[in-house]
Amino acid sequence: MFAIYKRELKAYFLTPIGYIFCGIFLALSGISFSVTTLLAQSTNSLPFYFMIMIGIFAIIIPILTMRLFAEDRRGRTEQVLLTAPVSLTGIVMGKYLAALTVFTATLAVNSFNFVLLFQYGEPNAVNILANIFGLFLIGSAFIAIGIFLSSLTENQLIAVITSIGATMGLISLKFIADEIKFEFVRVIIKWFSVMDRYAPFTNELFDITSIVYFISLSAVFIFLTVRVYEKRRWS
Amino acid sequence: MIEILNVSKSFGNKKAVEDLSFNVIEGEILGFLGPNGAGKSTTMNIITGYLSATTGTAKIDGIDILENPIEAKRRIGFLPEIPPLYPEMTVKEFLGFIYDLKECRFPKEPHLREICEVVKIDDVYNRIIKNLSKGYRQRVGIAQALIGNPKVLIFDEPTIGLDPRQIIEIRNLIKMLGKEHTVILSTHILPEVQAVCDRIVVINQGKLVANEKTEDLILAVDGSRKLMAKIVGPEADVLKMLKSTSGIRYVESLGRRDTDSISYMIESEDKIDIRKTLFYNLSKNGWPLVGLEGMELNLEDIFIRLINKEKKGTEKKKRGAK
Repeated sequence: MFAIYKRELKAYFLTPIGYIFCGIFLALSGISFSVTTLLAQSTNSLPFYFMIMIGIFAIIIPILTMRLFAEDRRGRTEQVLLTAPVSLTGIVMGKYLAALTVFTATLAVNSFNFVLLFQYGEPNAVNILANIFGLFLIGSAFIAIGIFLSSLTENQLIAVITSIGATMGLISLKFIADEIKFEFVRVIIKWFSVMDRYAPFTNELFDITSIVYFISLSAVFIFLTVRVYEKRRWS
Repeated sequence: MIEILNVSKSFGNKKAVEDLSFNVIEGEILGFLGPNGAGKSTTMNIITGYLSATTGTAKIDGIDILENPIEAKRRIGFLPEIPPLYPEMTVKEFLGFIYDLKECRFPKEPHLREICEVVKIDDVYNRIIKNLSKGYRQRVGIAQALIGNPKVLIFDEPTIGLDPRQIIEIRNLIKMLGKEHTVILSTHILPEVQAVCDRIVVINQGKLVANEKTEDLILAVDGSRKLMAKIVGPEADVLKMLKSTSGIRYVESLGRRDTDSISYMIESEDKIDIRKTLFYNLSKNGWPLVGLEGMELNLEDIFIRLINKEKKGTEKKKRGAK
């Protein structure tokens, strides 16, 4: 597992994908940050900034995950992975953790933006930390979804488009739920809605059910990816 | 060392491999022969655990590939049909990755260096795989299989697409590796098998057709021989004489291929050496024999004969049953 983790991490920066991801992440985040806080000369719109970040993740995380399995399948390198003395879970986890590392590192670098705020005012540090933690959880769940969709195809373009569709879909569940009149259905949709699960973090709450929700979301899609490979061996 | 027992594999309705069983003894080089689409790659993928058999078992060194895949895979080095390489890595990085992946315990750098020397890729050690020629890529693929010094090596058509000089080099390399490893080599080139392998397993449409020592197989199917003779003399008379000679099954004039002689393709009856008779008969008529060479049986001939033999065998059995 560690060998695969190391290789994938290296591959991000041997190919342009890693640089593209970090570049777009930091640029979009930087622009939104400047507009919502620095130019507005207020920290009141910070919640809005975090919402924009989730939207950005929905588009750029699929770029990070699209190649993970699709590339191996097209390049036939999956044969070397699947005939090596490593478990399927090890392969999937190695790739997942590599993407998670690139994402987390970029998120950490991005957090230096907030240091600027303390120069000009007294923002709520706990609130900011809770939000960053929430962003990390959402990102890790999106990565798992992206990996799963990448394992279904050998075409990276299909992987990235379906992943953007899936992440956008999860975000829009909130707005769909608001339109639904049946209480029962609405509760169920809200239960799955990423934005509703994110809400506690905006209120400085490290809500345990939300944490469990995001970790389960990742676990389910990692498990499904393993199953995809398990099944392909038999068919 | 390798036991394949009643292995079948279906892709949907198509049966790629059907009830295949054979063993490979430790230290043996086994030639795995079959026409395109016969199920060679599928069988190799099952042995290496890339695919799972629909029914049946594959064991490496007594370990079932499905029950204990990690231990079984540790004993195998596999070169698939298309060498699995990461084009953006250098040879050094790639082999280092495979070394880590296989969790080897030898000292890393000397082990990799030694393998590179054996497969002669030390001069491209620091180059990016994308920029290597086909022959070098194939060798990096072989190097990858050798890492960790596995007991069993499985090569799927290792010489395909290489130039004649490279083919000979790879063949010699495999021969050398066969001294210390158990090797399965799939191919559809007959001379390759003759040159390298101790034993041959032939499959066709997923079924076992033959499993014999190399020499036995060639003798078994090589009962009748094809010769090419160059004879100086009137074509019609020579043909007439040849056709009337006993022991010759078939004669065909191939026309005038040099200034004074005419070439003939002569096929003898099973297990008869026609060459002496031919020489005496020609000299009696005063027609000089200026050239005589055996025409090599190719794989197609072997297949046709093996498959015909099998058909006859089953027909006989059926008749016997009636």
